[in-house]
Amino acid sequence: MDFDAYFQLIGFGPKGWGALLLQAAAMTLAVSASAFAASLVFGTLGAWAKLSGVRAAAVASETYTTVLRGIPDLLVIYLFYFGGSSVMTAIGHMMGHEGFLGLNGFTVGTLAVGVVAGAYQTEALRGAFLSIPKGELEAARAVGMGRLLMLRRIIAPRTLRFALPSMGNVWQQVLKESALVSVTGLAELMRQMHVAAGSTRMPFDFYITGFLIYLALTTLSGFGFRAAEVHTMRPERRS
Amino acid sequence: MDTVFLAETMGKLLAGLPLTIELAIISISAGAVLATILALFRATSPIAEAIVRGYVFTLRGTPLLLQIFLIYYGLGQFAEVRHSILWPFLRQPYWCAILALTINTSAYGSEIIRGGLQSVPAGAIEAGRAAGMSRLLLTRRIVLPIAIRQALPAYGNEMIAMVKATSLASIVTLMEVSGIAYAIISETYRAIEVFLCAGAIYLTLNFLLTRGLAVLERWLNPHLVQSRT
Repeated sequence: MDFDAYFQLIGFGPKGWGALLLQAAAMTLAVSASAFAASLVFGTLGAWAKLSGVRAAAVASETYTTVLRGIPDLLVIYLFYFGGSSVMTAIGHMMGHEGFLGLNGFTVGTLAVGVVAGAYQTEALRGAFLSIPKGELEAARAVGMGRLLMLRRIIAPRTLRFALPSMGNVWQQVLKESALVSVTGLAELMRQMHVAAGSTRMPFDFYITGFLIYLALTTLSGFGFRAAEVHTMRPERRS
Repeated sequence: MDTVFLAETMGKLLAGLPLTIELAIISISAGAVLATILALFRATSPIAEAIVRGYVFTLRGTPLLLQIFLIYYGLGQFAEVRHSILWPFLRQPYWCAILALTINTSAYGSEIIRGGLQSVPAGAIEAGRAAGMSRLLLTRRIVLPIAIRQALPAYGNEMIAMVKATSLASIVTLMEVSGIAYAIISETYRAIEVFLCAGAIYLTLNFLLTRGLAVLERWLNPHLVQSRT
């Protein structure tokens, strides 16, 4: 490999792709973060439904997690990308808008990756809620906390703390799955690498660069999650 | 709901099922062999451990799609590769997909098997040695059977992940179930119906796999099965 030429190719010079690659990496992080946030919403609803004690809700949530964990994520992305467009177009027609309306890649990525990751998040949050010691909930009730106050002061912080390790895994998964959103044409890392590889005819140089960028992103955010774990576990530590 | 379209779509999608199953079976089996070798190799020396650790770290930290692209598009950049005897294989999306899937699952699998190996009680190994077993015989008769039994539930999840991962082969032009689904969607724009059919195929496949693994697990753990008397 010719390193001078390589660094010119991925660098920030006039012929370099550096700026675009950085932008693309930022887009990967943005769509991953937004999908992760969506997964927390879906996961919270799913876990709540499973724990609610209402049979219909539990069955619905069980179906959600079984189905979404059993089919390829790529199909879910296609569903939101193509299905979303036809639903949007139909809504547009009803409101008097002629022609085609589409969902953009970012929205598709957020929803599709988010709903898949939400299935895993459901299990993480459910397990975490179940590991809150019963006494804490009883104590909260005994001091007269209302349901909302108890949720805000006891249940939410405790669940998040116990779920943090699994949430770290879900985040890694979301970050890697965001590469699939490239099929919608969203200019995230994978897509940008593909474009650069095609127009320069140097596919190996770009894909190996993308490889290293993803590795850096997963490793660094892994450190972040571990630091958060150590931080939130401080009060739990025994000498 | 348009049942005629659903039946027609199901028929077209099922034509891709053999390829999906083929990709899954080949990469899962080759990956399991590679994973076992990696896990055993890892235990031999500190250098071996560092190598395997680096291998697992890089493959688990990057998207599978990128690994497929790196092999399929990336390797062809080098004249040395294009003129090597491996080129007839590496130019075909089929072998590139299998290679990428195998390498990817071997990284996850080796960690699972390592966990299984660590759970083999020291006493069992000592007993084998005391009975005069050679290293190879000990590995084959004592270590691996116990390790595999321990690792099977986690490995089952990895297998399901692999069945799902075969869908990525469609992005490098292979017409398995997802590839056909994409073709039908872009032709008819009826994403929801096609999704229902393709989803049902994958769910059935994974359901059968889970059932099969449960049977295998019961067979491997005869001491845990309670007799119904």
